[in-house]
Amino acid sequence: MIALLLRDIRLSMRSGGGFGLALAFFLIVIVLVPFGVGPETSVLGTIAPGILWVGALLACLLSLDRIFALDYDDGSLDLMATSPLPLEGVVVVKALAHWITTGVPLTLIAPVLALLLNLPQDGYFWLLVTLAIGTPALSIIGTFGAALTVGLKRGGLLLSLLVLPMYVPTLIFGAEALRRGMRGMEAGVPLLFLAAISLAALALLPLAAAAAIRINLR
Amino acid sequence: MTLEVQSVAVQRGSVPVLAGVDFALPAGEALFLRGPNGIGKTTLLRCIAGLQPPLSGVVRMANGGAATDEIAYASHADGVKPTLTVAENLSFWASVFGASGIDAALETFDLVELRNRAAQNLSAGQKRRLGLARMLVTGRNIWAMDEPTVSLDAAATANFARVVQDHLARGGSALIATHIDLGFDAKVLDLTPFKATTENAPEFDEAFL
Repeated sequence: MIALLLRDIRLSMRSGGGFGLALAFFLIVIVLVPFGVGPETSVLGTIAPGILWVGALLACLLSLDRIFALDYDDGSLDLMATSPLPLEGVVVVKALAHWITTGVPLTLIAPVLALLLNLPQDGYFWLLVTLAIGTPALSIIGTFGAALTVGLKRGGLLLSLLVLPMYVPTLIFGAEALRRGMRGMEAGVPLLFLAAISLAALALLPLAAAAAIRINLR
Repeated sequence: MTLEVQSVAVQRGSVPVLAGVDFALPAGEALFLRGPNGIGKTTLLRCIAGLQPPLSGVVRMANGGAATDEIAYASHADGVKPTLTVAENLSFWASVFGASGIDAALETFDLVELRNRAAQNLSAGQKRRLGLARMLVTGRNIWAMDEPTVSLDAAATANFARVVQDHLARGGSALIATHIDLGFDAKVLDLTPFKATTENAPEFDEAFL
């Protein structure tokens, strides 16, 4: 299990692994928004929570199709399915590796980029907290989507269409918690919902994803 | 440690390809699967390795254990990651299967000098040797191999035949789909007579796919 985690992190760091892709996309979106919206800082501050969350979500989406497709293409997935590793465990480790290489860097860089959007001062703490709690859900749901579409050539479009609706609750509660926290309002309820989504995804989706992979490998 | 395959039928892409395949593979023996292209050698091997369920029939160990815990499967694709080095690739599989080291496997397949080279810079034959070295670190008894000698040169093929014979001598067994003569005596199973026809194809429910 740990060997698989280390292998996946190592693969994503090496050339062509796509480690910087999500970060670069997030950076580009956040840098371009002020140019598009205009320089009024009050407007930017108002839309900052939504833009930051949408940006992070789309950046996450960008690297999903690599989670299983590369292993499927070179035959590793077949070999893993016949190895002593349980497929459910493989799914959890793959999601964890995706989170470490995508969710964690996005969470850490978001406060820096939030400066460009004039996020109010109270928002920085909540930005870190909501992204740290919400991005695991994005990785796990995305891994499930990748498992559903493994084996399809150019399955990226289908993957996005499948995953985006499942991302909506995470986006709503994440952005809402951030907005409330930023205005000094009570943010506990949306934050708890966000945590509940992450935990439920972690509990249920690995089983579903492993079943999907078994069917797709036939 | 005998693998039993009893009246197994398999399908590829919802088309039944083989039906009524029967054989037993005791420890210490090898069995060559032969037959024309498309007869279903790969599909049968995938079924025996546990990647797809048989349409009918059973694959099991004679002592009642699960066959999937005994079988190491080598597919057409080697499962080699291009950006990892030879040693990194092999170490990953060694730790997945709980093997202690990779040095013996590297030496057996003459990969010691290549151990720190990225797999993307290997030739096809070298990559295949790396894929075959994985079988040694699995530590499993039954090798199910699909065309293992593709892109190997004569010397490497002879070396591979020796490795298989050593494996048999240690009480392992091997199920090999191949078209070439590996140069040692083993049973041969020609799959041509087991080709599925519409009469002997069992009923199955497409909705379960």
